[in-house]
Amino acid sequence: MIHSLFLINHLGDIFLEKHWKSVISRSVCDYFFEAREKAVDPENVPPVLQTPHHYLISIYRGKLFFLSVIQTEVPPLFVIEFLHRVADTFQDYFGGCSESVISDNVVIVYELLEEMLDNGFPLATESNVLKEMIRPPNILRSVVNTLTGGSNVGETLPQGQLSNIPWRRAGVKYTNNEAYFDVTEEIDAIVDKSGTTVSAEIQGVIEACVKLSGMPDLTMSFMNPRLLDDVSFHPCVRFRRWESERILSFIPPDGNFTLMTYHISSQNLVAIPVYVKQSISFFEAGSCGRLDITIGPKQTMGKTVEDLKVTVHMPKAVLNANLTASQGNYTYDFTTKLLVWDIGKLNPQKLPNLRGSLSMQTGVPNPEENPSLNIDLKIQQLAISGLKVSRLDMYGETYKPFKGVKYVTKAGKFQVRT
Amino acid sequence: MTAMQKLLQLPVNAVNMVKTVQSQVQGQEEDKSPVLTPDSGQQAWYSALQPDELRHLRSGGTGGGGGGGGDQEERAPLEEGGGGGGFQTQPLRHDDLKEMLDSNKDSLKLEAMKRIVAMIARGKNASDLFPAVVKNVACKNIEVKKLVYVYLVRYAEEQQDLALLSISTFQRGLKDPNQLIRASALRVLSSIRVTIIVPIMMLAIKEAASDMSPYVRKTAAHAIPKLYSLDPEQKDQLIEVIEKLLADKTTLVAGSVVMAFEEVCPERIDLIHKNYRKLCNLLIDVEEWGQVVIINMLTRYARTQFLNPNINESLLEEGGSGDKTFYGSDEDEDEDEEEKEKKAEAAAMAKRKPYVMDPDHRLLLRNTKPLLQSRNAAVVMAVAQLYFHLAPKAEVGVIAKALVRLLRSHSEVQYVVLQNVATMSIKRRGMFEPYLKSFYIRSTDPTQIKVLKLEVLTNLANETNISTILREFQTYIKSMDKDFVAATIQAIGRCATNISEVRDTCLNGLVQLLSNRDELVVAESVVVIKKLLQMQPEKHSDIIKHMAKLTDNIQVPMARASILWLIGEYCEHVPKIAPDVLRKMAKSFTNEEDIVKLQIINLAAKLYLTNSKQTKLLTQYVLNLAKYDQNYDIRDRARFIRQLIVPTEKSGALSKYAKKLFLALKPAPILESPFKDRDHFQLGSLSHLLNAKAGGYQELPDWPEAAPDPSVRNVEVKESVPEWTKCSSREKRKEKKVEKPFYTDSEGESGPTESADSESDSASGSESSSGSEESGSGSESEESKEASESEEEEEEEEEEQKKKKKKDLKKPVQESESEQSSEEEERKHQRKSKPRKSESESESDEDEESESESSQSESEDSESEAEVKKKKKVQTRTAEPKPPPKPLKKESKKEKKEMSLLDLDDFEPAPSPQVTPVNTFLSNSLVTDLEGLSLSDSVLSPATIAPSSTLKSYELLHRITGEGLSVEYCFSRQPFSPDANMVAVQMQFTNNASSDTKNLHIEDVKLQSGMRVKEFPEIELLPAGETATAVMGIDFCDSTQAANFQLCTHTRKFFVSIQPPVGELMRPVFLTENEFKKEQGQLMGMNEITEKLTLDVKCRNEHAIVQRVTTAANLSRVPCGSDKECRFAGRTVTSGSLVLVTVATKEEGAAQLTVNCEKMVIGTMLVKDILQALTQ
Repeated sequence: MIHSLFLINHLGDIFLEKHWKSVISRSVCDYFFEAREKAVDPENVPPVLQTPHHYLISIYRGKLFFLSVIQTEVPPLFVIEFLHRVADTFQDYFGGCSESVISDNVVIVYELLEEMLDNGFPLATESNVLKEMIRPPNILRSVVNTLTGGSNVGETLPQGQLSNIPWRRAGVKYTNNEAYFDVTEEIDAIVDKSGTTVSAEIQGVIEACVKLSGMPDLTMSFMNPRLLDDVSFHPCVRFRRWESERILSFIPPDGNFTLMTYHISSQNLVAIPVYVKQSISFFEAGSCGRLDITIGPKQTMGKTVEDLKVTVHMPKAVLNANLTASQGNYTYDFTTKLLVWDIGKLNPQKLPNLRGSLSMQTGVPNPEENPSLNIDLKIQQLAISGLKVSRLDMYGETYKPFKGVKYVTKAGKFQVRT
Repeated sequence: MTAMQKLLQLPVNAVNMVKTVQSQVQGQEEDKSPVLTPDSGQQAWYSALQPDELRHLRSGGTGGGGGGGGDQEERAPLEEGGGGGGFQTQPLRHDDLKEMLDSNKDSLKLEAMKRIVAMIARGKNASDLFPAVVKNVACKNIEVKKLVYVYLVRYAEEQQDLALLSISTFQRGLKDPNQLIRASALRVLSSIRVTIIVPIMMLAIKEAASDMSPYVRKTAAHAIPKLYSLDPEQKDQLIEVIEKLLADKTTLVAGSVVMAFEEVCPERIDLIHKNYRKLCNLLIDVEEWGQVVIINMLTRYARTQFLNPNINESLLEEGGSGDKTFYGSDEDEDEDEEEKEKKAEAAAMAKRKPYVMDPDHRLLLRNTKPLLQSRNAAVVMAVAQLYFHLAPKAEVGVIAKALVRLLRSHSEVQYVVLQNVATMSIKRRGMFEPYLKSFYIRSTDPTQIKVLKLEVLTNLANETNISTILREFQTYIKSMDKDFVAATIQAIGRCATNISEVRDTCLNGLVQLLSNRDELVVAESVVVIKKLLQMQPEKHSDIIKHMAKLTDNIQVPMARASILWLIGEYCEHVPKIAPDVLRKMAKSFTNEEDIVKLQIINLAAKLYLTNSKQTKLLTQYVLNLAKYDQNYDIRDRARFIRQLIVPTEKSGALSKYAKKLFLALKPAPILESPFKDRDHFQLGSLSHLLNAKAGGYQELPDWPEAAPDPSVRNVEVKESVPEWTKCSSREKRKEKKVEKPFYTDSEGESGPTESADSESDSASGSESSSGSEESGSGSESEESKEASESEEEEEEEEEEQKKKKKKDLKKPVQESESEQSSEEEERKHQRKSKPRKSESESESDEDEESESESSQSESEDSESEAEVKKKKKVQTRTAEPKPPPKPLKKESKKEKKEMSLLDLDDFEPAPSPQVTPVNTFLSNSLVTDLEGLSLSDSVLSPATIAPSSTLKSYELLHRITGEGLSVEYCFSRQPFSPDANMVAVQMQFTNNASSDTKNLHIEDVKLQSGMRVKEFPEIELLPAGETATAVMGIDFCDSTQAANFQLCTHTRKFFVSIQPPVGELMRPVFLTENEFKKEQGQLMGMNEITEKLTLDVKCRNEHAIVQRVTTAANLSRVPCGSDKECRFAGRTVTSGSLVLVTVATKEEGAAQLTVNCEKMVIGTMLVKDILQALTQ
């Protein structure tokens, strides 16, 4: 399976390597660097590369490449998924996944990698199991450790690996027992020039933060579970129960986790919360252009739209933008050609508007395509699909936990073509 | 534990003691190592064998304890010049680290190890620290220890001899009472890639494979591929271990052992048969990575074992109902019954039978489907490919939704998923059509994703949706990403060729693009238009004219070449323009690219042939230019064409046909998807992604013509179970707590048993345990829940009133079962009863699914069992508000009790295996000593084959399947009097039911051609509890094909089959030694099969060999002068071909087996069987 792992920063330096079988020279990465050169953009590097003796499978996360070396047939998704899991673990442990963070914690990183794979086959990938074996660093402990010579490797052996519920630690105790669930929905949409929706989907996720003592067994039921026809679960969820009763029944992991994700596809009707009126035009004469964008509320179910933001990737020829915003403020970065208009709260009485002129490079032909607008927004206390949690019950423990559910709708890949 | 081992467990001392030996060994090794280029990083480890390193070692030996030797060590690195490897950036100066490692303070050691590991992580060479680090392998501090392991695994390969010093620590770890320590010791031991310890690893793996703890067994499974890659010679032994572990019933082990199977022996698909159903049922509870591996393997398995479900789609009724029955499991039972009925019908209809899905095939599809909901993209993809390759067409659709969901994931995941969707969408377009919009492209997508989405959109295009797709394409064409635009133009071209309705629209659109400002876009359009025009050139002369004009502006060579080719090809449609284009081209000829020059020559030739009056001179001119071109291809082409078209007196016969050659009608190109036919690779695999076979890829076999015998998957109850004998009783008791998950796992339970056990053990804390039991009950796997739910309800109702009554009533049944089990326990070790039981249980589950009729009596049966046990357990189980305790749970609890009883009373402590310590450091003949080690292992494993004067009996019908009727059969080896060509099969019927069975007879015999059966006379009455025997004859036609028939009682029919071992297909004949030699002389060459073998230690005398051979095959001994040889002879039953077997023994258990037989198939199979009999 996975033979070796190289971590490569955006400059192309290998700053960490780990081998699970015999050592493979880092010169194998040259094939990758070649592809990296060719691809121009880091995200255009093919995730799977073939070299004379090896296969290279890489992911790009947080400006880093995680490059694994494979020698024989293996499902590529297996490796990709695992590499992402590694990155997630780093994120979880160190609160970030950048070169500096990894270099600072290189020993813990190494210990983690050692436990996560055995002979190239994933061994312990559950963060709860890992945390039992290798404690995440924190300032207090590192101070204590340096004074006392203590270590951040768990003294106890990880029993979690042996249990049938590997995701949950045994013997959890809290003074305040609480369980929070965040229902977050993201709207992915493409709206064309005339304002009609080309495609719209909702990507939902229920994130949980459960701090409950003992072995609680939770069930969560929904007001309208019919909405959810395409779901994926954390392994703790009992699938049969969902199939038969449409109830989520699970023994939760301790701490933060993603309980489920769901997808409401473009076949269903998806409400679009805002509309955009825009006109962008470039004139042949005088090498300038005009821009006029107005945003208004459409289907917001009576809630206010917040954190409204418009991002536009301008064509290369646009040198500068001279605009006035009726609300919020805008920035134009002429190196990256990125126009960002930060609006904030959407006021239905006075619609925000951005207009003005664009100055163009002379002598360059006008761009034939108008740039598309990417919209960001947030609506609190609303799941745009209409999903609602109706009950949350706990069995197996006697105490009364505090329970809370929060809804929020965001724009995902929300694009307006112009 | 010998004194030597104790000695070795003090590594520090050992370092000093062994050093002299070390240096010798190293010296030898050095001689062998090839000369290497100093800069190849991969082989940098040879530097460890530099002589100066040796000197350092030797001198280091003089220093005591482990602290000294500093000054010599200082010198050593300075002398080391040549090695070091590619990524060594600084001179090796690690004295401070060495000092720290030698100190007594753990904190200093830890600091040093951290710095060393950081060096390793950065790829810096730290190999010179090996002696200093390896001393700390037995350090008490757990983090230091772990880091030393990291170091060891990294450098052991380079410093093999020093690494050996650490082995004893791990060997001690393998004996630790804590399972986690055992596991980690095995893990590190097996990760040290030192060939010399292969026998030790083998031993450790074998032992760990029979460990009590499933976690250790999992580690053993992980170690198998490591050992295999180190020494492929061990394959056969490893396969045995794999076979044993495959039979394991825990979810923890399943994934890892299948992974080992895939790496070591993916071709041994036969090992899966017996475990197939178990794997399917465990699948949902296996950890996600294991799921991927198992699903991929099962896909391959299913391709070899089941029939193509899409083979006659018109007759496929199954598919229609399939989707519906998929969801509810209770419906499934009906379905299965339906299937059974169908099967019976089909049998009746003899010939024209519709496709019926094998219940096992269905089981796989049903059990993988929930995994489409996994959060792990690899699992979803694995299930998707399984459905794509195995499911009936009507059911494949379910995967589309899940795959579309994955598109929201990371871009790498998208990339892989889109590749697979592209392949699928060619074969099954309808599946993804509803999700068309999910493949629309955003300007923010990376180009490689855009191109793949485009591919999918193109594949999905048809008459109905083409207009929307084209509208979408129109927006893409304006994109700033020019590579993407080019791909879009190609896609439009493909849509136009595939869908004739829109061809003109597309063509017009593309022509408009010709006036695009971007040259790349124009060029791409020209190329695509050229291809489109070839389909109907006559209608589009104005487009050709338009393109002719473009030659003035367009500079991209490919586009220019395309235009010229078009004009030449269709010069009749543009008679006026063509010569003019040639004139312009002749002018610029010297400045053109090669590809354009070739087309200019081509154009000239064509015009010369059609319109020589106007173009003769021009052509001459072009050809003359080409004659002196720098490129020899162009010179060659010019010379060739001149000879062909310009008539001279010398010109050959071909020139007459020049016109035909040049102006032949060319077939229009077919624009195909690059993903076409990629589905011959297993989807989701690396090979599919690369469209090339990757190393280690296992081909997905084609469906078989006829389904192989499904009965191979039936699990025999008496199958030999893994042995758990290798733990001392002390150890066992100590581990009781942890070992628990082992059998509870097999039933998918978790928490409850743990608490249940503590209850039975300590008989305390019933309050708390009942609480946790309740919580745990929910986590029980669906499988067992489903099975027990129906019983549960019934039970609860009747519980109160019938408790007492039932107990009395059902006692006999209970007893009969325990009787049976005790009987078996006599033969096997007590430990075995455990896995066997849970197995019979799981089998009953399966049976329930397949035969709903039987389920009634069956559930009653098990229910009563549960009932009794429940009594035993807690009389005062207060009426709980929540779920009633599950029968299965109780069962396991009862087993638990049973086991602990056994523990105390009649457990004979098996001699715990003493691993001979590795005392080889003091002797030079390390290897031979280790060989001795591996031999001692085989002594440990008790001979499994009982010296059988008795005949081996096989199960034909299990008690539960047979609703109380159980049937066993054996090959009696008596001549079958009614027909000498038949093999006599003796059957023993036992009626375990409470009612009589009547009219036992055989019906509906299904045989391979040539085979015949003589049925046994009908047994009119078999009273309850009685046993009867009957003999039937089967002519197997000298093949091991199974004879399938129905065993009928007055109420039921059972499908059964008898498959003979090859050894039973012959009868003994008497030959003299001379006759034997004469016959043998005639059966040479192809008819002779010889195999070398090493005899099992228990089978090194003549008597044992004879016994084992005659047990394996029905042969008679031939007298022989030499005592080194044993000879046997027989004739096959049907054809009477001679079968001669010779076993010649040699020194030290080596032997040679020779089989001479006219029938080569029989011979080959016989060799295999006898080989097995003699080596085990």
